[in-house]
Formats: sequence, C-alpha cells, structure tokens
Amino acid sequence: MLRFLIKGVFRDRSRSLFSLIVITLIVALTVFIRGFMAGIFDDVFRQSAVIFAGHVKVTTQAYTKEADLLPNDLAILGADSLVAALAQQYPEMFWSSRIMFAGLLDVPDEYGETKEQGPMLGFGVDLFSPESRMLEIWELERKIVRGRLPEEPGEVLLGETFATRLGVEPGEVATFIGASMYGGFVTYNFDVAGTISLGVTGIDKNILIADLQGVRQALDMQDAAGEIVGYSHDMFYDDPASVALAADFNVNVDDPDNEFSLFMQPLRDHTQMGAMVDIAGYMMGIVILVFVAVTVLVLWNLGLMNGLRRYGEFGMRLAMGETKGHVYRTTMGEAVVMGIVGSFIGTVVAVPLIWYLQEVGLDYTGLFEDMTFVVSNIIRARLTPDCYYLGFIPGVVATVAGTMLAGRGIYKREMSQLFKELELEA
Amino acid sequence: MDDNHIVEIRDLVKNYPVGGGHFTALRDVTTDLVVGEFTGLVGPSGSGKTTLLNIIGGLDAPTEGSVTVLDMPLGGKNHKELAHLRREGIGFIFQTFNLLPVYTVFENVEFPLLLIGMAADERKELVDQALEWVGLTDKVKSRPAQLSGGECQRVAIARAIVKKPKLIIADEPTANLDAKNSHNIMQILVHLNQELSTSFIFATHDEKVMGYLTRIIHLIDGRIDEDEHISEPEYRKGK
Repeated sequence: MLRFLIKGVFRDRSRSLFSLIVITLIVALTVFIRGFMAGIFDDVFRQSAVIFAGHVKVTTQAYTKEADLLPNDLAILGADSLVAALAQQYPEMFWSSRIMFAGLLDVPDEYGETKEQGPMLGFGVDLFSPESRMLEIWELERKIVRGRLPEEPGEVLLGETFATRLGVEPGEVATFIGASMYGGFVTYNFDVAGTISLGVTGIDKNILIADLQGVRQALDMQDAAGEIVGYSHDMFYDDPASVALAADFNVNVDDPDNEFSLFMQPLRDHTQMGAMVDIAGYMMGIVILVFVAVTVLVLWNLGLMNGLRRYGEFGMRLAMGETKGHVYRTTMGEAVVMGIVGSFIGTVVAVPLIWYLQEVGLDYTGLFEDMTFVVSNIIRARLTPDCYYLGFIPGVVATVAGTMLAGRGIYKREMSQLFKELELEA
Repeated sequence: MDDNHIVEIRDLVKNYPVGGGHFTALRDVTTDLVVGEFTGLVGPSGSGKTTLLNIIGGLDAPTEGSVTVLDMPLGGKNHKELAHLRREGIGFIFQTFNLLPVYTVFENVEFPLLLIGMAADERKELVDQALEWVGLTDKVKSRPAQLSGGECQRVAIARAIVKKPKLIIADEPTANLDAKNSHNIMQILVHLNQELSTSFIFATHDEKVMGYLTRIIHLIDGRIDEDEHISEPEYRKGK
C-alpha cells in the first residue's frame, strides 16, 4: 500500500514536482537567509574581535579606562608569562599579546626629506611565533595587495589605501614618529614589506601592521603588551561563554586599589559591541521567525490545496472501504515524505551557497569607498550548525500542518453524500 | 438471516433534518435481496433510490427499522465496522467512474485488493482475471486519460468485481455512456452476475439498464410502489 501511494505521489506532478519545488525553494531560502544573516553579524563581530577587542581582552585597569588614547604607558608587564598562564588556565581559547599604537608615519624622498606624512594606527601582533595564529585570523596572506608578508621584526604591512596616499612602495622605508612606553619621543624606521586590504575601508586608510617584537623594540616595550587578546579556537564568538570566562578571571585578579591590576573584558563590553550583540541576536531571531512564519503559511496553504484537490480521490477511497483514519494517516505520511525530501533538497541547495559565500564572499568595496565604519567590505555568510536542520521546520512541520488541516475534511465528510459528491467530481 | 438473502430490510425509515423539521426520504421499506439477483431501484428524482443504496452500502444509517447486509446488522455499527463491510463484501460502481488518474488500469483495479492486504502474486492473478472479464487485457498499462468513457467504466467494473464481492452497488452506471457502450457494460455485468453469482443492485433511470434487470423495485416518495420480478428480461427476448 505504501509503495502504491508513493508511486501516486511521484506520478502526480502537481502533488510531487510542484510541491517539491515550492518546499525546496522555501527551505533553501530560509536556510540561506539564516546563513547569510549569521554571516553578516558574525563578520561584524569577527572584524571587531580581530582588529580591536578579541573575544576577550586582558589589559590593566588603567589602560581599560583610557583605552581610546592607546595608553601604552599603562601596558601589561611580564606579558609573555601571562599569555602562558592564560593558555594553561583557559585552554578553550588561544591567547596572544599585542600592542596598538598611534603616531605619524613619515615617508622620505630620495634626500631623506619628508615626501608625505599621515596619521597611522599601528598593530603589533605576533606574526612569527610558531604557535601564533595571528597570520591566520588576520588573513594577511590572502589580503596582500602588493609585496609580501613581513619576514623580519622590522618589516611592516601598510593598508593599500594608506600606502597609495603616502606614495610608498614595498621595499621602501617609512618612519614611525610617536611616543615610547615611557613617554619618550620615538622615530623608528620600518621597512615596508607589502600592502594589504583588510576590506575595512575605515581601517585600510591608516593601518600599519608589524610583528610584536618589532613594535616592542620601537616603543621600548620589552616583554610588555598593551593588551592580551583571547579567541575561541573556531573563531565563533560565543557571548555567554566569553562573559563567563571574563567574570571568572576578574574575580581572581580584581584589585580596585591597584590601577595596574589586570582586567578582562569580553567583546560585548568593547565600546558598543554589547548592544550590537544583543541587537544581532534579536534581529536574527525576529527575521528568522517572520520568515519561518511566512513560509509556514505558504506551505500550510500548499498542503491545504493538495488536500482539497484530492477530495474526489478521498471520497472514492472511503466508499471502497478505506477507513477515514487510514486515508488521513496515509495523507499525512505523504506530507511527511514530501516535507522531508523537499527540506533535504532545499538544504542541499542552500548549504553550498552559504559555504561559497563563507569562503569567497561578495566584495562590495566599490560601493562604500568613504565609509569609516568598521564593517567588512566583503559580505560573507556563515554556515552555522542550525543551517543543516532549520529548513526542516517550515519544510516538514508546515507542510504537515497544512495537510493536517485539510485532512480534517476527511473526518467531517458526510458519507451519505459520497455518491452525489463523486458524481460532481468528474 | 435467511441463507439465501444477501440484504434484509425491515420497516426502514430515513429522515433528514430540514430546517426545524425533517424530510422523509424512505418510509416503511421492507424487502429482501436474494443471492444472485440483478435488481434495479427505479423511480423519479427524490424517490429515495440513492438513499436506499447509501444505507445498503453502509454509507448512511437508518433512522428507524433494521437493515442486515451480508449477515451484518448495520444498526449501531461504527465507521470502522461499516468500512470493513464495504472493503470485504461490497463493490461500488459510480456514474462517473472515479478512477485514480495517476495510476494505470492495472493499478486502479488492484487498489481494492491492496486495501484488504492481499499478497502481490495473488493480486496480480485476480487483477488479470478481472481485466479479462471486462476485455481490457490489452490496456493494463494505460492511464484513465488514455481510455474512452466505455473503457473507463469497464475498468471501474473490474475494480468493483476484482475482490469477488457478494454484492455490487451501482449508481447510474450507464448515465455517462452512449447506447452502444451502455449495452456493452450491461452485458458484461450480466455475464459476471451469472458467472460469479454476485448480486447487483442498481439505481437507474436508464431504460436500457431496465431491459437487463431480473427484478425492478419501483420507488415513489420513499415507498416501494411496486416490486417486479422478471423471469425473462428484455435482452433475452431479443436474442
């Protein structure tokens, strides 16, 4: 009987092909929207985490209070041993020292006179330690525009826009002019190894990236770091876990009387990221909910239409001795099969699209050249675990719900009217 | 119930609620159908033909009186028990064929056997036999849309007869057919009636059908006006 019914489903194109296409499209769209939105929000968090905040960040209390000024005179001392201790205490994250610093970058002409000069924002990150993942999470190799990655502590990468504006080429020298950790005036010559485009317009205009050791040398910060950043191993920001980890750390080290005592903040406490995290969660929830609700209505209607269209068939089956319960159950079974198959195909269609957008992304750099907001110029989706099952909610549940509603007619049917109804069906 | 009786109806009354009161579709109907009879319910529209077919087929319940079909008293039986009666013991032929369009001729005829859970090899044997009776062995793989009206009704007959039910209920089986096809269909039904001793009960207006009946029950305003037993139907006289 089951085979007989399945045969019928697949032969009746309006029951199978049309239904499958509708379910597949709706499921694919639902899953894609989910992955796309997760990617958009995750990208915002990821960019902020990599460039500014880490998933969690350890600084001194005083540094935190004046973080906007990049006060390296308030930096952490003994940073290397602290990184090792953090790695041991919180192995669920990987840790790295870094120094953010600001100043002027001066590009000399062939006579050593200033050719071009501009304010810069520098990042001293650990590029060379074997255990460091900074090259990977900054995706520097992929983002090189000209030149190459630094190979020596004294070599730097400049934002492509920044380098173009200053007229400096890979292989040339650029002089950092700023202050040391102890407040002294510093001029330090960096060799420009290459240029990069992070895909963040506001940052690409003035960024300099150097190895941590090179920056320590330039700023006289041996074994010091402005901040120690921690990231989850999969680079996915887990807000509750990060908040809990920071709270745990702070309980043990907090000393209100010592401005150099350590303080850990999760990403959500960095500038307005907390509101962003919450808004992202709410927005994603609302959009997914609205979308699922709309798709539920569409698929509900599809199930209803299919049920009504087969009114004659059900009547004939009832007249021939099939029980109402059996007709109802087989109809539901068909809806479940169609829902599962459609949801599976829809998911299979959507997942590679999301994967492609996750890995390759959609570059819209040209549209926002003057933007200063820290958002990636490349739209990326994110293949979250729920992408693999979310589509089954509208795909199966809604289809079955629609069929269930239409199927109520089977029970309400007046058997005494069957002969008349069946005469009208032809 | 008499062994020779396939249906026993006693003092049957059927009322339908209409507004605040009711409409009586059948009143004081008492009759028996005997095994192998070829019976027609004849009468004008509203005379109660279809209502009586519905009640005999377990599709509707009597208001008063008793109806026993194939040894099962229908009074107080629930939907499942009535469905079981139809599934096992009664075949239906509809005016508009009501074939399942996505299935082949073979599969349409096979459907009632699937409902009773018969094994595949046994099903095939019975379906082949039924299609042979109606002369459609060359159309087993055709779909209903590829058949003429007469062929569709032959498929419907094969579907009704395939499980060899004791009783076949047919509601205006020739109403949608031309004269030639009507006669063909009736000849097939007569043949099956004689070969299988299956009892047939028709609701009909069709004079052509009446020529084949061995018993005609005339209904007027829900009452049996005349119960006519015909020893030699018209079609035999013409032979």
